[in-house]
Amino acid sequence: MSQFCTFSLSSFLFGIQVEAVQEILPACATTPVPLCHEAIEGLINLRGQIVPAVNLRCLLDLPVASLEQVADSLNVVLHNDDGPLALVVDEIGDVLEMDENLFEAPPSTLQGAARTWITGTYKLEGKLLLILDHERFFELG
Amino acid sequence: MSSEMDDIIKEFLVESGESLDKLDRDLLVLERDPGNGKCIDRIFRALHTIKGTCGFLGFHRLERVAHTGENLLQRLREKSLPWQAEMGNALLKTVDAIRLHLECLEQAGKESEEENEALIDLLMDLLNGSLHSSIQFESSFPPDESTFNPPSNFEETIPPPPRLGELLVAQGVTTRADIDQALQSQSQGDRRPIGEILAENAQVPPEVITQNLEVQSKARKGDAADSSIRVDVGLLERLMNQVGELVLARNQILQCTTRIQDPDFLGAAQRLSLITTELQEGVMKTRMQPIGIVFGRFPRVVRDVAQQLGKRVKIEIEGAETELDRSILEAIKDPLTHIVRNSIDHGIEGPGDRENSGKPAEGTLRLRAFHEGGQVNIEISDDGRGIDPERIKRKALEKGLITPQAAAMMSAKELVHLIFLPGFSTAEAVTNISGRGVGMDVVRTNIERIGGTVDLSGLPGKGTVTRIKIPLTLAIIPALIVGCHEQRYAIPQVNLVELLRLEGPEGRAKIEHIHGTPVYRLRGELLPLTFLGNELWNTGEEIRPPEGDDSLSIVVLTADGHPFGLVVDEVRDTVEIVVKPLSKHLKGIPVFAGATILGDGKVSLILDVMGLAQKANIFSGGAAVTAGSGVKEDAQDGSVEILLCRGPDDARWAIPLSVVSRLEEIDPATIEHTGSLAVVQYRDTLLPLIRISDILPERRIVARTNLQPGEKIPVVVHDTGGQPVGLMVDAIVDIIRESLVAQRPGSRYGVSGCRVLQERITEILDMETIVRAGLEASS
Repeated sequence: MSQFCTFSLSSFLFGIQVEAVQEILPACATTPVPLCHEAIEGLINLRGQIVPAVNLRCLLDLPVASLEQVADSLNVVLHNDDGPLALVVDEIGDVLEMDENLFEAPPSTLQGAARTWITGTYKLEGKLLLILDHERFFELG
Repeated sequence: MSSEMDDIIKEFLVESGESLDKLDRDLLVLERDPGNGKCIDRIFRALHTIKGTCGFLGFHRLERVAHTGENLLQRLREKSLPWQAEMGNALLKTVDAIRLHLECLEQAGKESEEENEALIDLLMDLLNGSLHSSIQFESSFPPDESTFNPPSNFEETIPPPPRLGELLVAQGVTTRADIDQALQSQSQGDRRPIGEILAENAQVPPEVITQNLEVQSKARKGDAADSSIRVDVGLLERLMNQVGELVLARNQILQCTTRIQDPDFLGAAQRLSLITTELQEGVMKTRMQPIGIVFGRFPRVVRDVAQQLGKRVKIEIEGAETELDRSILEAIKDPLTHIVRNSIDHGIEGPGDRENSGKPAEGTLRLRAFHEGGQVNIEISDDGRGIDPERIKRKALEKGLITPQAAAMMSAKELVHLIFLPGFSTAEAVTNISGRGVGMDVVRTNIERIGGTVDLSGLPGKGTVTRIKIPLTLAIIPALIVGCHEQRYAIPQVNLVELLRLEGPEGRAKIEHIHGTPVYRLRGELLPLTFLGNELWNTGEEIRPPEGDDSLSIVVLTADGHPFGLVVDEVRDTVEIVVKPLSKHLKGIPVFAGATILGDGKVSLILDVMGLAQKANIFSGGAAVTAGSGVKEDAQDGSVEILLCRGPDDARWAIPLSVVSRLEEIDPATIEHTGSLAVVQYRDTLLPLIRISDILPERRIVARTNLQPGEKIPVVVHDTGGQPVGLMVDAIVDIIRESLVAQRPGSRYGVSGCRVLQERITEILDMETIVRAGLEASS
């Protein structure tokens, strides 16, 4: 069994392995960084630590967020050896426990940006949980 | 390997590293003074300790090398073997071999596979070359117990602690006779310690005895051990980071003080501020290390390099106690080594050459470090052949690093600075010490990376001086905060030259364009401009100053010695910022050096001035190294920057702007005369003045323009080989960009040709001739 921290973005539900998540933060002031990868929204101050925030909508080719959505957005802070990294999401969901046997690879017809980031899916009732490869976010640049 | 074992090995590595550095120094002393018994003892002890510990830890190759070296030293101590020059080399090689094993141990966790057969053979030969070859090196390893027991006379080499009786007599509390008596009674069977006997028989107060016993025990242990401890660098780094956080929190609280006027709060905030500053300084000090740690390597480097080149060089070190942040110390190690090697290789001549030119056969290399103006200054000077600007010029032309036109216009100082160009090397032959042409440019890049500067000066034949200025620390730096497109950016103060503010529309009109490149005339020099908004967000020359402000702010910066102006929306204030590295995702952007958190908790990016200048194409390699302005000659149409001036009778003169270092206006009342030479005090030196119309042969009799009272004389400052000369003209007309190729040859002395410029026949002045003639006429 593995546990996933779930969050919604646009009309999709995404999941990230719970071990990779350090904390959830409310929206905070970001400082844009010119000349960097377009998906990096900017830098945020996490208790004195400077953390890059990644705009998932941009990475996954999702429609640009409305002003309201931006105001209500949250940061999912991931952590690995290189330090923390924040993902900007719309809404945070429950932590779900999933049976690994039910994991399915993404359909081969899945194309474009999504294919790069989505490692597979779990079928929930009436919904799909899309699993993101958290390690890959750290390789952005 | 167990963690306990790891700890022991780590401790061993740290201790051995320190004693190896000492060994190097002691061996060099020994080479100069082979009879120095104390020195031999110190070397022997250090090697003995290393050998003993390796034996215990099971590093047998390492132990074998150390042991062989120790055997040789043992013979030297006993004076049963005469000193030979070869021994110094062999022992230094031993130290190197040990160092290599230790490095391997540190990195790979085991000693290196190197058996050091050649070295051991060499040491054995030196050992056996003596008459008493009876003490043989036992080749069977692991060695017998004797390895761990120091030779019997080992103890004597440590100075014995002072005796209690001697201390007391020296202080006058008792007499020698009393002590003799006490000793006698002890030998007659009195079992009490001498202190007690003395207290009873000679009425010495017991407190005095206790006090002296403490002195004695301290001498036994050595003071250093009591007053210092070893601290893990990682711990210090973490502490430093936390203090950085504290500084940020303090800044935030200080910002609140402008809103909250509660006196108790203000008092507490002030105290917090004070304590934070003190704590910051204190923690910063723990990271400081004397520069001697780096300087200490150089006697060895100098010796080795000089020996390889057959030169004789002595090294003088001054200010080794000057303290620097350890990260900076680490960063300057390689550049300094390079400069030192260069000095010996290129600077200091062979003994024969030196004697021929009347210098002592032994060259001197001087390393000097001192604090000045919140920075650390390091000077590396030698008394060698110096740098010959002409030779540099030839070399640079040969390698195609500069164009002949650019070379002709360069001052001696600028020529010398060509050494910093990539790919430059003057060594006639490439040696394995230097001369591959990947030197001084790397030195400069490395020094500038840590916010320092390098400068070279010297006189041909007399020697060279390299001056390095570096900040004390990198972690917390003063910075200027500027605003641009609703964001704030921090600019390190080290790169800042001055701030300019152009008021209103007239001010804005002062920005001119050359082939689309914006420039500003700053005191007669052209300052290339770049718009921060354009560099970061591609917004062109748009600026968005804060509401109600129609001024334009230019931050004058210097990168690589080239000044340039950065146009920003607004200039805010200067603050101390804590530099934080950018995360991996953003490392590749050369325009940013890092990020920081400002007083209001927002993140701000720190600009990398070098990177910014490169992005804005302020300079491009060697081509931009022209004198005067940073604007380079446009090769396509052959046009150059020209200064137009007016002479008597409305004559028009043209001077290439590249040979003009400044334009000044001088009050006639300040002109003084030394002999027949007119001079004026200018920037702490005397500027000789030449009236151009006095030099050019007059064709018409013209009344000299009479100056109105209070009117100033325009002067064109021309720099010839480091010596500035002021040329007086009637007026400065304009600066234009056109071709300066003569359409007709010059018709009088001092004029190289004529050309129509701005619809006027203009004489192109031959500056070299005019300056020479002007200085000769007055001397």
